[in-house]
Amino acid sequence: MSTEKSLLAKKQEILKNWFEATVATYPPDTARFLKSHKDPFTNPVGETTYRSLTVLVDALMNGADRDVMTAALDPVMRIRAVQAFSPSMATGFVFSLKQIVRQHLAADSGSRNKTLAELDQRIDEMALAAFDIYMACREKIYELKATESRNQFFSSLKRAGLIADSEADGEASADGPGL
Amino acid sequence: MADELITPDELLSKIDHRPSGTGWMDTPVEIRKGMYCYAANPKSVETLGLPNAHAWNPVDEDWKLPENWQQIISEGFRERLGKFRSFKVFMDICVRCGACADKCHFFIGTGDPKNMPVLRAELLRSVYRNDFTKVGKILGRLAGARPMTIDVLKEWWYYLFQCTECRRCSVFCPYGIDTAEITIMGRELLNLLGLNIDWIATPVSNCYKTGNHLGIQPHAFKDMLDFFVDDIEEITGVQVQPAYMEKNADILFITPSGDVFADPGTYTCMGYLILFHYLREKYGLKVTWSTYASEGGNFGFFTSHETMKRLNSKMYAEAKRLGVKWILGGECGHMWRVITQYMDTMNGPADFLEEPVNPITGTKFENAKSTKMVHIAEFTADLIKHGKLDLDPSRNDNKILTFHDSCNPSRGMGMLDEPRYVLQNVARNFYEMPANTIREQTFCCGSGSGLNAGENMELRMAGGFPRANAVKYVHEKFGVNMVACVCAIDRAALPASMSYWVPEVEVTGLHELVANALILPGEKERETDLRGEPLPGMEE
Repeated sequence: MSTEKSLLAKKQEILKNWFEATVATYPPDTARFLKSHKDPFTNPVGETTYRSLTVLVDALMNGADRDVMTAALDPVMRIRAVQAFSPSMATGFVFSLKQIVRQHLAADSGSRNKTLAELDQRIDEMALAAFDIYMACREKIYELKATESRNQFFSSLKRAGLIADSEADGEASADGPGL
Repeated sequence: MADELITPDELLSKIDHRPSGTGWMDTPVEIRKGMYCYAANPKSVETLGLPNAHAWNPVDEDWKLPENWQQIISEGFRERLGKFRSFKVFMDICVRCGACADKCHFFIGTGDPKNMPVLRAELLRSVYRNDFTKVGKILGRLAGARPMTIDVLKEWWYYLFQCTECRRCSVFCPYGIDTAEITIMGRELLNLLGLNIDWIATPVSNCYKTGNHLGIQPHAFKDMLDFFVDDIEEITGVQVQPAYMEKNADILFITPSGDVFADPGTYTCMGYLILFHYLREKYGLKVTWSTYASEGGNFGFFTSHETMKRLNSKMYAEAKRLGVKWILGGECGHMWRVITQYMDTMNGPADFLEEPVNPITGTKFENAKSTKMVHIAEFTADLIKHGKLDLDPSRNDNKILTFHDSCNPSRGMGMLDEPRYVLQNVARNFYEMPANTIREQTFCCGSGSGLNAGENMELRMAGGFPRANAVKYVHEKFGVNMVACVCAIDRAALPASMSYWVPEVEVTGLHELVANALILPGEKERETDLRGEPLPGMEE
C-alpha cells in the first residue's frame, strides 16, 4: 500500500486522535464535556472544534491550499483566541498533528520520509495560518475595546454639552455602533 | 555527539499540552486581564454610604482590606442565612448531580470548570460548611469545607463577577436551586468589603444622585429626546411631542437610560416616542416621561438588596407624585426581574396606583395587578391583537429577523410569546433559533448583570459565544441579518459580540421595528427607516 493510501485509510483515526489531543488542552472536566456532547448548541466549542478539524484533515490529505485551511481554522481559532490560552497554546494543537500522523503512517512504506516531509510542510503552513487568525482575532478584540472606550468618551462629552452637534463638524463618528 | 540529539519524533512525543489535573480547591485563581472589570471608584461607593470604600486593584497582591475582613464576611454570611430562607436552602440541598454544570454560557465559552454553576456555588458552600455546619467543622476538606482565606476571597470575586445572573442553570436544576441568588449573595458579601466593580458602582451612584445610570441631568435628558424628535420629523414629516413630568397623565413611562444614549437603543427610543404620539393623536392616551425616574435599569440589583430597593423606590415615588394610573416599562432586562420578583416585597404594595387596564382596548393586565407595571411588549401586543395600530410590515421587509429572548424577561417574568407576536405583526421575515437556545433555555448575551464593560472584552466574547453560535446558524441557514431583543444591555452588548462572531448581523430593539411599520396620522411618504437606511423599494 502506498503511503498516501495508508494515510487515507487511517483518516478517521487521525481525526479522532487529533480531536482528543486538541480538547486535552482544556482542563480534564472541560475536556470530558467537549468530547461527550454532539449537539452543536449544547456544546458549541466541542462541535465547532470537531468540524474545523474534520475539514483540516481533509485539506491535509488533499493538499488543499492555504485559503481552504484559513476558512476551516477560523471558527476554532476565533474561540481559542478569547479563552485562557497563551498564543502558543492557542495555536499549538496544530503541531500535535505531526505526531499523530507519524503514529499512523505505515512504518514499512518506502515513500514514508518523502510523504512525511510534504505533510510536515502542510502542517507548518496550517500553523502559520492559525497564528495569523489568532492575531487577527486579538486585534479585533482590542479594536472592540478601543471603539467602546472612544464611544463612551464622546458620549460623556456630548452629555456634558461640550460637543456642538452640527452636521458639518464631522462628529457623526461619535455615535458609532456598539456604544 | 550527533547520536545524542533528540529526533523530531521524540521531541514531539515529549510535548504535553494537557493542563495539570489538580482538584478545584488546589487550583489557585489566576486573575487574567480581559476577564475582570476594574475596581469600584471609592467615591461612588461612598455616595451610597456603602462600607469600606477604598482604592484597590484586582491584580495587586494587597487588596487593602480592613483588618477584620474575615469576621465581616462571616457575620454577613450568618446574617443573610437567617434573613433569606432561599439562601440557606440553596447552601444545603445541592447533591452535586451536575445537571447545571454544562448549561452556563461562561463555562461553555471559557472552558473554565470553575464557571460550572455548581462549582461557582461551591465557592460559597465550602466556606458555609466550614463556618456554619457541624460536619464541615469536624471533617474539614473531607466534607468539602475550607476556611476563608485571602485566596478564597479573590477566587470568589473573580468568579462571582463571571456570572451574569441569567438563571439558565436554574432551569435544569432538579431542586430548583437558583444559582443567580447565590451570586447575588456572594456579591453582597463582597460589597461589605468595598469590593464592587466600577461598571456597577458608578452607575448605581449616578442613578442615586441624578436618576439614571449615566448621570444624565434633566436638561440633557430632554435635549437627547429633542434630538430624536428632530430625527423623527425628518423621517416621517411628523413632529412628535413627548410629555415630561405631566401631572395626572394616564401612564408614566420608564425605560433604561441606555436607550436614550446608546446606539442602537436610541432607535428603540425613537420607536417609543412614535408609538406614544400615535396613541395620543388617535386615542387621546397621555403617556409621560420623567427626568427623575429616568432609569428602568437597576444596577443596585447587582450590589445588594438594600441598594436595589433604594433605586427601585424612586420609580414608584414619581408615579405617586405625578398621580398617574399605572407605569409602563420599556424594553429592559433585569428591571423586569426586579419588578416581577422583588418589588412587591421591597416597596409594595403600590396601592396608590390603579390595577393596570389598557384604556384603548379594555384589557386588564392581571399579571401586573400587584406591581402596577406593564411591559411595553405586552401593551403593544394587546394593541395589535385588538387592531388598534395601523401597520405596514413591508417597511421591514429588508430585515431578516431572529429573536433573542433576553434572560430576565423570559426566565424572570415568563414573557415569551408577546414579543414574538409583536415582531411577526410588524415584520414578515422571522426565523427562530434552535429550540435549546431560545425561550426558557435562552443563552445570555454574555454581558448582563453589570458586566458589559470594555476591559473584560475577552470574557464578554467567550460568554457571548453560545448565543452568537445560534445566531450564526440562522444567519447561514436563513440569511438572518438582524437579531431583535427586548433588553438595553443586549442592545449595548450584542453589537460587539456580533461584530466578533457574526459580523453580518445587526441588533435591533422591538419598538424600532414597530415604529418602522407604524403609519402615523399625517405622515409623509417615508423613504428611510429610523436608522436612515432606505426602505425596501426606495434604494437607489
